[in-house]
Amino acid sequence: MDRPLPVPTPETRHFWEGTLAGELRLQRCLDCERTYFPPRPFCPWCGGRRVAVFAASGRGRLYSYVIHHRPVPGFTPPYAIAVVELAEGPRLMTNLVDVPATPEALRLDMPLEVVFERVSEEIALPLFRPAGGEQ
Amino acid sequence: MSRVPVAVVGAAETERLGRVPEASQLQLHADAALRALADASLTPRDVDGVATAGESPVAIAHYLGLTPTWFDGTAVGGCSFMVHVRHAVAALREGLCSTVLVTHGESGRSQVGRARPARPPSSLAGQFEAPFGVAGPSTLFTLPALRYMHAYGVSEAQLAMVAVVQREWAAKNPRAYARDPLTVDDVLASRMIAWPFRKLMCCLVTDGGGALVLVAGDRARDFPQRPVWILGSGEGVETPLVSQMEDFTSSKAFRVSGRLAFDRAGIGPAEVDHLMIYDAFAHLPLYGLEDLGFVGRGEAAAFVGERHTAPGGKLPLNTNGGGLSYTHTGMYGMFALQESVRQLRGTAAAQVPDVRVSVAHGVGGMFAASGTVVMTNQEP
Repeated sequence: MDRPLPVPTPETRHFWEGTLAGELRLQRCLDCERTYFPPRPFCPWCGGRRVAVFAASGRGRLYSYVIHHRPVPGFTPPYAIAVVELAEGPRLMTNLVDVPATPEALRLDMPLEVVFERVSEEIALPLFRPAGGEQ
Repeated sequence: MSRVPVAVVGAAETERLGRVPEASQLQLHADAALRALADASLTPRDVDGVATAGESPVAIAHYLGLTPTWFDGTAVGGCSFMVHVRHAVAALREGLCSTVLVTHGESGRSQVGRARPARPPSSLAGQFEAPFGVAGPSTLFTLPALRYMHAYGVSEAQLAMVAVVQREWAAKNPRAYARDPLTVDDVLASRMIAWPFRKLMCCLVTDGGGALVLVAGDRARDFPQRPVWILGSGEGVETPLVSQMEDFTSSKAFRVSGRLAFDRAGIGPAEVDHLMIYDAFAHLPLYGLEDLGFVGRGEAAAFVGERHTAPGGKLPLNTNGGGLSYTHTGMYGMFALQESVRQLRGTAAAQVPDVRVSVAHGVGGMFAASGTVVMTNQEP
């Protein structure tokens, strides 16, 4: 794999330890109860410092995407770069697997579920595939 | 409260645009600066305020031999120059300086002396966007578009129409890079970059630069060119990560910046005769038309399709041809400002009759920031 890899920081370490353990971790403010992303040790809505990490459901829906037709190291075109809206609210960028990278197969709002792809000793990336069965 | 009026009294682009490998990025800034100063019958020695992006204001001040008492290096991408104008107005009114030079220069195509902003692997972008096969603006800036198209039933052909109409304006402009007429089919058949975006829906990549000179008060009438008065301006930010835009059908930065500009100018969209909306990609003008309040939500594609922004239309838009057909060095905002100034002076290649108020609206990064300047040629 030639993908550029994330380098975790103290504030994001829980997220990347989570993906390595097969968990999509988000944070929730204990004061205003909103869930947010990307990781921060404080709430970006109310500024509160009491926040908690929790394991998200891993489910979401396809919010938007592009299908890239140009070559990039580690990727074979055409491939989708997508933004998923998680069931818990936040959105994140990802790639889609187990589904053709075509406009016909990729319908906005289609239900997705997370899968974790180990790309190095330290890093597993959260990717998404069409959700099977009930949402 | 009565505020001292501020005007653009000098404006110029680099002599050449497009492919200019014989000039470093720094020299493109300087070439534009000297030409803008000459346009105002000034020399660098007359400048005591400088604002720039792409190079540090220290570098520009040194290279041009300036000793500024005010400087601004706000670097938020392509709209930085709109933000510089806004900040310059405040500085001039506060008496921090008396003659401001705003410069842009970029060797976007030839890459001569160009420093590229990095997204290190430990940054939020490096962790949460870079690993997913992104390859610059064509895979990031374009990401919200499908959601917009889905929400409002906008087709790929309608998206293509933005490029077609802007090419009509470019055809009238000898300095435009791409001037041959386009059809919707031509745009849809061009090389696929990041579906739904084909090459002709994406901006050019060129070399070039531009600069402005601003002064305050009655002095603005003492220059060779007709003053272009700054009626109002705005600035806004949202996020450095396009995936984190609150709403993929609208830019918070655009809304904040536009509202500030119109409120300060004391006018609304109906008073605008001429409009520039930074068009790095074909969907940008659609977002701008809606977020600035020129049309209602979801109405921009039909507005363009009905030729209201085309030659002869009621709201001439991107009359130089835009980033899609005129030039796009990387941070195009200065060129939008230049065309607004020309239209208000009556010196544009595709001059629109009776332009009294022009708005130049820019985006920075991938919907990360915005700046808006409302200008007039009418006496304050």
